[in-house]
Order: sequence, then structure tokens, then C-alpha cells
Amino acid sequence: MIWQDLGNPWNPWQELNKLQEDLNRAFSGARTANVHDYPPINVWANEESAVCTAEIPGVDPADIEVSVVHDTVTVKGTRRPEELQEGERYHRRERGFGDFTRTLRLPFVVAQKDVAARVSKGVLQIVLPRAEEDRPKRIAVQLA
Amino acid sequence: MADDTKTLQQADVQTGEVMERRSAANKVFKPRADIFETADAIVVVADMPGVDESSVDITLEKNILTIEGRVEPGHPEGYRLSHREYEVGNYSRAFALSDEVSREGIEATVKGGVLRLTLPKAGPARARKIPVQGE
Repeated sequence: MIWQDLGNPWNPWQELNKLQEDLNRAFSGARTANVHDYPPINVWANEESAVCTAEIPGVDPADIEVSVVHDTVTVKGTRRPEELQEGERYHRRERGFGDFTRTLRLPFVVAQKDVAARVSKGVLQIVLPRAEEDRPKRIAVQLA
Repeated sequence: MADDTKTLQQADVQTGEVMERRSAANKVFKPRADIFETADAIVVVADMPGVDESSVDITLEKNILTIEGRVEPGHPEGYRLSHREYEVGNYSRAFALSDEVSREGIEATVKGGVLRLTLPKAGPARARKIPVQGE
């Protein structure tokens, strides 16, 4: 896969923001402000894999679905509202609830079978190893 | 029933939806909170991702209830941050309690990064009978 000018060192992560914006626009219809997309996701990376973390306090792990297709990660889930009994009422309501979907495109193909996701203290962590066939290979140059 | 603001007022010690304050190296955020009232308690539910029961502090001084949470920055080893949509920091928020809330029996639990505080309502103020003595 050729990313930019091959003159620059391979740094696909700069592309991520743009890709993210494109994807959000494509998937979210009229919404433009991707700052408000839920949940917020941070991406950590090295040459061999990426780690995505997302803050999802109060979301039941059973209500989260992570799927990976090629280089695209999708996190779907539901944050359930508190069920108030009759006679109970809110004084203040700042926490949101409802269904959410986030899609993130990585600059490499992911080894689907090795993806691991876990939730701890309301933070989702997804480890996404780069597919073996997608890693750079050293090609020996032979003398003619 | 007292009106909302009287029952549980948010202390205006801090302003802004997400308060950011530098303290040492960590930022401090104001957690989003829901407050609802049941028959016998006021319940405060606050989003504090990254916090568990050992890293949350709840203090009640006079009528100010303060919730604080410490979060380990914990970035994955051997990785560098390449895309950031949220920042990790500690949490702090204060609420002013009215006399309707009992100072005893406040319960707190943390589950899945959500703090849940149950503040029992004080029983109806007992009318103190003052005996009038005859001559």
C-alpha cells in the first residue's frame, strides 16, 4: 500500500485524523462535529500493533460489540439509562445514554483472530495486531 | 418536598462543564453526574472512567460533599500516542448538601467506572416537645 510520496518516511498516523473525519462524515449523516462522537477513542501504536482505548463508564461489557474488517475497527454498544421507579425523579441529568457506534480506520490490515478486547474500570481497551502479511518485508538485493 | 436546588445544590466552587485545573502533572476533570431522588434517599451517579473503589475519596466537611478520583495515566508500554480524543486525568467535584440529607449512612459504590452515592434522607425533623409545667 502506498500512502503518500515515498520520499517521506512511512508515517501513516498523520493520516488517521483525516480518515477519522472522513469516516465520521460518511457514517453519521448530518453530524459534522466529531468531537462529540461517543465514545472518545485514543489510539496508541507501534510498528506491529495498535491499542485503542475508549472511555465507556457504565456500559455493560455484554452490551459492547467490537468488530474488525481488514483495517477498520467498529465499536458498537448501548449505554442503558437508569431505570427510575415510580415517584422517583431527576434533579440533575448530565450523563447521556443510548446506542453508539464508532468506526476507526487503521493504517494497516489487522490480524483479525488476534484481536483482544477487554473492559476495566469503565475503559475499553482493544489490542489490534498488524496482520503478518501486511508487515514490511526485507527484500534482499542480489548482485547481478 | 423541598425544591431541587434546596435539596442538593451544586457548590459553585468550580465552574465550567469540564473543569480543567493543573495540579502537579495531572489534569483534574469534573465528572458528569446524574442526581435523582427516591423515596428515602438522594442518589448521585457520576461517570469516572479509570477509577475503582480504591482510588476514589469521598469527604463530607460541614455541608460540602466532595468526590475525588485518582486515575493512573497508564499508557500501554512500547506504544506511542497517535490519535487522541480524550485526556486522562483525576476527577473532582463538590456538592452542597441541605439538612434534608442525613450525615450518617452515606453509601458509595464504584462499578465500571461509575460512582454511585446513596445519601439517605434525614427523617422528618422531630418536633421537640417542651413540657409546660404547672404551677
